[in-house]
Amino acid sequence: MALKILLVITHNGQSIDDQVHNAVTACLQLDVNYHAMVLGHDCQSVIDEARKMKGLQKLFFLEHVSLEFGLAEPSAESISQFISDYDYILFPSNTTSKNILPRLAALQNISPITDVCEIVDKDDRIFKRPIYAGNIIETVQSEQDINILSIRSASFTKTPISSEANVDIEHISPDLSSIQSKHLGCEITKLDRPDLVGAKVVVSGGRGLGSVESFQLIYDFADCLDAAVGASRAAVDAGFVSNDYQVGQTGKIIAPDVYYAIGISGAIQHMAGMKDSRIIIAINKDADAPIFKSCDYGLVADLFDVVPKLVKHLKK
Amino acid sequence: MKVLVPLKRVIDYNVVVQIDSSQKNVVTDHVKMSINPFDEIALEEAVRLHESGVIDEVVVVSVGSELSQEQLRQGLAMGAHRAILISCDDAVANDPLSVAKILSTLVTRDDYDFVLMGKQAIDNDCNQTGQMLAGLLKWPQATFASKISFSTDEISVSREVDGGLDNISCQLPAVVTVDLRLNDPRYISLPNIMMAKSKPLQVESLDDLKLNLTPCLKRISLEFPQPRTSGEIFTDFDLFVKKLDEEEVWR
Ligand SMILES: Cc1cc2nc3c(=O)[nH]c(=O)nc-3n(C[C@H](O)[C@H](O)[C@H](O)COP(=O)(O)OP(=O)(O)OC[C@H]3O[C@@H](n4cnc5c(N)ncnc54)[C@H](O)[C@@H]3O)c2cc1C
Repeated sequence: MALKILLVITHNGQSIDDQVHNAVTACLQLDVNYHAMVLGHDCQSVIDEARKMKGLQKLFFLEHVSLEFGLAEPSAESISQFISDYDYILFPSNTTSKNILPRLAALQNISPITDVCEIVDKDDRIFKRPIYAGNIIETVQSEQDINILSIRSASFTKTPISSEANVDIEHISPDLSSIQSKHLGCEITKLDRPDLVGAKVVVSGGRGLGSVESFQLIYDFADCLDAAVGASRAAVDAGFVSNDYQVGQTGKIIAPDVYYAIGISGAIQHMAGMKDSRIIIAINKDADAPIFKSCDYGLVADLFDVVPKLVKHLKK
Repeated sequence: MKVLVPLKRVIDYNVVVQIDSSQKNVVTDHVKMSINPFDEIALEEAVRLHESGVIDEVVVVSVGSELSQEQLRQGLAMGAHRAILISCDDAVANDPLSVAKILSTLVTRDDYDFVLMGKQAIDNDCNQTGQMLAGLLKWPQATFASKISFSTDEISVSREVDGGLDNISCQLPAVVTVDLRLNDPRYISLPNIMMAKSKPLQVESLDDLKLNLTPCLKRISLEFPQPRTSGEIFTDFDLFVKKLDEEEVWR
């Protein structure tokens, strides 16, 4: 039975969010074709990128000034009008979808399934999702005809975009009722190194770094590996780095090829964000640190001693 | 102004959670239970807003079994004025849409101006209820707040998002969900625990609210994820580097 699928594409106004490519893989597990939707204002580069997605049959572009910054109220209201045409509405799991998706679901009286890590049976609507910071996997079955899912990117591979773009675009100007929230501005961290989400290699620092100044060691090491930089919550709380670096249950959930945890103890809330990495490497001076129980390679040493030595080794 | 703060009873974040023999539930007997940490932060913020004169009354509500009275008493000890328990079974209490419907009924019936709540519960990690409640009430929402400031009838919120911070403002009434960095909840003192015992705690049923709720998602089973096994641990720097060279992990 062919399923009708709608993928909601999240973006930053310029480009598609990286997790969308993982959500495309989930769409293609459900069926060979799907529709997708971009909400925004004046974001042609997003449309150009979106129309190249593999398996895409039709692209809706909902354009309205109040959709420019992804505010939940107009976004949920706009998507709401399309729901009844589909069996599945998918979102990538990120802070944009976390803001919009539950509101949309409530407007439609639907219980969504968020952070899906496996589609077990698309016809019987059985899915797996992590609970308790990823320490337990729950299998749930939905009794609803229309299902709204968000896709946990660390559990699905990315489907690369194709070079061709020959998909129909339907341009829609939604009629939105009075908007209740106002966007005041963003303080988006500008990065001159790879983005944490989607990076192949990530170097994260924890409380063990001790100060903002010492955190430079993490940047130096990351630069040798062309890696993204992450952090534990303790490092963020201590002000070594800003909140968007946080990896974990309440931060970003990532699965790079190689993850370096430096001066990080390995609390379950931190592990929740990185334990799907292919290789985990830990450096910690405490041989009993829990991180050593779930890493592939560990070095028991003082980071201030060994990280500069590693930088030197890699520069050779 | 009257604020409602929902509190969920959850397994304490330090506990290593176990699955029971039915493979359908987690073990809660003899396990330390707490207020969901995010909800505790929401309550702390509400109490501070009361202390600074912005809010007149702080009401805490829990949706769940009778056992949740323990968390409500803690909330009262932290400074809430009164508490409501909406007693129901665990299936309803763990279904965000059902909880949002319960809260929305309560907000409309008792005329709250503001709901301040945790962004997610650390048991099912759903991160849904606040947004759902805002949708049901047709109120504006500000999620993942790490800073909240008030003017006459408007609030400004700094939201923690993937790229950094997103600043928005919205009119009241509104739902705000809070992130960890908003504040550090206070320590509850013994006199306050004693005082909380005499504060009102009212128990209501779903019948009292004229609600009949059946969750649409059924749990089939629980399992542990594939554990990561511990690998090779080195104490010698040179051997460690040699190994990583050999395995070509640097590339
Ligand atoms: C509801 C909730 C949600 C949370 N969400 C997250 C989350 O998303 N992400 C997250 O990371 N945390 C989260 N936490 C916090 C988590 O519980 C831990 O407190 C945090 O991860 C600890 O960070 P850390 O490992 O950097 O610090 P610590 O646990 O203090 O560990 C520091 C480590 O550095 C080592 N060290 C110190 N000096 C050196 C040195 N010179 N050389 C080598 N090693 C050294 C120490 O041996 C120690 O193991 C959450 C907590 C709660 C309650």
